[in-house]
Amino acid sequence: MGDFINIFIRSAFIENMILAYFLGMCSFLAVSKSLKTAFGLGLAVIFVLGITMPINWLINEYLLVSFEVEFLRFIVFIAVIASMVQLVEMVVEKFSPSLYAALGIFLPLITVNCAILGGSLFMVSREYNLSESVAFGLGGGFGWFLAIIAIAAIRERIRYSNVPPALRGLGMAFLLTGLMGLAFLSLSGIDPAVFGGWSPAK
Amino acid sequence: MATSTEAKVAEKEPLFGKKEKALLTDPLLDNNPITIQVLGVCSALAVTSLIYPSLVMAVAVVFVCAFSSLATSILRNTIPKAVRLIVQLVIIATLVTLVNEALKAINYPVYKQLSVYIGLIITNCIVMGRLEAFAMANKPWRSFLDGIGNGLGYGLILVVVGAVREIFGKGSLFAGSGIAMNIIGAGPQYWIDTATAGQWGNTFFGWYANNNLMVMSVAAMFVIAVLIWIQRSRNPKLVDIS
Repeated sequence: MGDFINIFIRSAFIENMILAYFLGMCSFLAVSKSLKTAFGLGLAVIFVLGITMPINWLINEYLLVSFEVEFLRFIVFIAVIASMVQLVEMVVEKFSPSLYAALGIFLPLITVNCAILGGSLFMVSREYNLSESVAFGLGGGFGWFLAIIAIAAIRERIRYSNVPPALRGLGMAFLLTGLMGLAFLSLSGIDPAVFGGWSPAK
Repeated sequence: MATSTEAKVAEKEPLFGKKEKALLTDPLLDNNPITIQVLGVCSALAVTSLIYPSLVMAVAVVFVCAFSSLATSILRNTIPKAVRLIVQLVIIATLVTLVNEALKAINYPVYKQLSVYIGLIITNCIVMGRLEAFAMANKPWRSFLDGIGNGLGYGLILVVVGAVREIFGKGSLFAGSGIAMNIIGAGPQYWIDTATAGQWGNTFFGWYANNNLMVMSVAAMFVIAVLIWIQRSRNPKLVDIS
């Protein structure tokens, strides 16, 4: 349990998907213009990351590694992600039409969000076990959610400020993300071992 | 009469005319995938702390972009609309797997350095975006050029950001490759030998204290923001009003 909380906090705050690794920047910049849509996309990302990560772990461990076909990893992972997104979309539409309407177009867009595939690839290269990869998926998704909500709120406010014309919109979004990344760097002083016995092997 | 029909035929399908040239050069500046279309930013930022991995990444993206456009364009009339995204993803994933295995065999240290970001070319929005917007509706040769052009536009930004970050972060250029050289930083000097240059060399080279901020990934955000600022100040038509 200590490991679980530990990895959750590491991936949500210290090694934030957006602010430390820049995964999912495209949809992050495109959808962070209003707080409401950012909220929907953030929820969808948590959902899909939390589901695809354990599935990809099982497939990687019991199919790819045991049959020694690791070079198929990219194709298999992206196929799993695309079909899981499709499945999640159908399930959500059937059982919760209101959530489906709220997520709208963002669910299918998640297939090409680098954060999802990046999460699965990081999971393999860091050699997480099953429970660790669940924690990494949920924590990474939560960090992504947190970052997009924060930037969307700032961007809604900054529309009323007097920004140099050439920096309006995209330029300002880049600067803000950079500044937020700097702020999040200060969290790297936290020792995750406080939350459990495990500490990073560095 | 004969000459005009000849000219018409030539105009119809020139192998490398004005339009084809525009396909290659437009994405470099005024329609740059990163600074104007905001595509493919994900993998652009994390690999640019040194110029050499950025170059490798740029070459990989040009390759994947060009050949996936070519393949999709050849298949465009046979792909059913409902499954086109999956087909495109499979084409891209196959090419990326090729690049990944080739890089692992040729240059293992750079492969380690780029880690997951080579795999993330699959979800690089530039590749998907060009397939959807261009290759599905155009002939193979033009799609191929469009793919190269957009790959180069992406590579240009990557190399510029990589160069700025490496010069100010480490004071060197091309660190890690065979032609590594120091520009202003201290350390092994390839560009000029300070031992023989004497006092003159010590005055002009090796005085720079490395700025660790530029090595951190957040610096890429600031460098790209400045690039956008410069580009949009020069061409006010590009300013986004929203």
